[in-house]
Amino acid sequence: MTSIAVRASRISARLGNTEILHDVSLALPQGRWTSIVGPNGAGKSTLLKVLTGLLPCQGRVELFGRPLASIPPKKRAQQLAWLGQSELAADDLTVWDVVMLGRLPHQAWLAAPSQADWAAVEMALTSTQAWDWRSRSVGQLSGGERQRVLLARALAVQARVLLMDEPLANLDPPHQADWLGVVRCLLESGVTVVSVLHEISMALHSDEMVIMAAGRVTHQGISADPATHRALEAVFDYRITIHPLAKQWVALPN
Amino acid sequence: MNLYRASFIGWLLLALALLLAALGVCVGSAGFENLLKPLVNPLQDPGQTAMAWQIVWDIRLPRTLGAWAAGALLGLAGAMAQGLFRNPLADPFLLGSASGASLGVALVLAAMVGAAGMSGGGMMSDGTAFSVFGTGWLTRLGLTGAAFGGAMLAVLLTLALSNGVQHTLRLLLAGVVVGVVLGAMTHMVLLWSPESMQAMQAFMLGSTAFVGWTACAVMLGVWLLASVAGALLARMLDGLSLGEATAHSLGLPLVPMRLALVAVLALATGAAVAQTGLIAFVGLAAPHLVRSVVKTTHGRLILLSSLMGGVLLMAADTLARWLIAPQELPVGVLTAVLGGGYLLWLMHRGTRGGGLAP
Repeated sequence: MTSIAVRASRISARLGNTEILHDVSLALPQGRWTSIVGPNGAGKSTLLKVLTGLLPCQGRVELFGRPLASIPPKKRAQQLAWLGQSELAADDLTVWDVVMLGRLPHQAWLAAPSQADWAAVEMALTSTQAWDWRSRSVGQLSGGERQRVLLARALAVQARVLLMDEPLANLDPPHQADWLGVVRCLLESGVTVVSVLHEISMALHSDEMVIMAAGRVTHQGISADPATHRALEAVFDYRITIHPLAKQWVALPN
Repeated sequence: MNLYRASFIGWLLLALALLLAALGVCVGSAGFENLLKPLVNPLQDPGQTAMAWQIVWDIRLPRTLGAWAAGALLGLAGAMAQGLFRNPLADPFLLGSASGASLGVALVLAAMVGAAGMSGGGMMSDGTAFSVFGTGWLTRLGLTGAAFGGAMLAVLLTLALSNGVQHTLRLLLAGVVVGVVLGAMTHMVLLWSPESMQAMQAFMLGSTAFVGWTACAVMLGVWLLASVAGALLARMLDGLSLGEATAHSLGLPLVPMRLALVAVLALATGAAVAQTGLIAFVGLAAPHLVRSVVKTTHGRLILLSSLMGGVLLMAADTLARWLIAPQELPVGVLTAVLGGGYLLWLMHRGTRGGGLAP
């Protein structure tokens, strides 16, 4: 039996005066890739923020069996990396500097970057094909290039759990395929990957799916399971259908 | 590459500061040759030599160094404020902290003039006339403390009014409101204590004319302290530039870090305002000028902005003495005119894509 990396029990969360998540419970297995999908406004990003500890909530979130709130921030940051949706990208810093910020959880205050930090940054930059522009400032990059730098920043943390909110935003098809390769590499090294995705055909490559609507989880199951496909079609009002194609599952509009 | 460029600019700014210091010592109502002759030939006329020495040592050197230190403090505060609020328009003035600092100074001034008035005729108990530009250690430190308190209060008020730093527009609006309200309160204090009005006038316009060695020492001391604090907090500012949520996810202690930054910001602004009065736009322009030539991390940006602020204010001070010589302009008036023009240009450039886009 696989152990659970992140477990959320009876989560409710608010943004301002509006309750966004209602009584959500889920368990994300260790070393697996879980995709969170659902229509706009379903609460996917909010759920991801709650799981990262960025948003206060009612209920209980556990990271490897320990209550998330009881883990010191730095320790938590070493184990759990988060890539936000349309976050700022520090236009004045160089690509290298931004990715090096991903090493902050591992560095002592004021300490110079160690060999391990340099190696992690180099690895993150090469795996997102951003190595060539490491000395350019982020402000000079296009939207897709910037997204790859931010992804490299999250990879550089080398956390055991990586949560990504719309990581494919602005990426062209070749780089979307590269991202899939990066995720597979992470899974091979035992990292737990969680992603919020709007690209359903991409999400169908994941091991498991969490399907959300209106602040609740409507279904959680194996991505290849027909029951998951039916739930997916239902949550999008049967406007899409899941088909097999070239040994993959694809979502096509009806 | 950026590292070499940044260190080159750092050395260039230091060299410029030395050059301007030499120029600053020479410019004034007593011309360069009138000073040089007696200093080079001290035996010719000992009286002249003593006077020339006094002009250089007691008046021009401290005010020139003081202009550098005040500019350096404002540049440092500006770079920190822009990083902390993630807003290129943040500046000690626009967030109301300078108005808070001047309110603190006005209150102390009014209280001291009041106390002196009771003991007789605008004199302190030790018989010296009290002024906002007094040179005693106690006066300087007292005024700096009051300015620090006022600045801190103003920034906290701005933050409370704007409900955090997320909304740029609300933050700037809150800063303007706090600035106007505290400015009005300063005027009320002065109306209530007319004796301090004249002393305050030069102060409100911003002037380096009365900076003595004590004021210089206070500013340089605070600058050293603030620079160390800046170096300690710089990496956190880098983290914050990725957005609040990402900074939080990286495990940065945002609340204590913000408080520390606000305290350093207020201390730097307060120390500058207490010695030289309200000098506008140096804090805003210095980081922008640095960023327009080199993009770098906050550690270097803070240091370079500080050096840039020092050079800017020293240049403005020399210009203010020279423009309508033998009279002199209050340097605050000059920086307001030049800085205002620079801000308009930045905005103009910003609307055409670039520049001020946050």
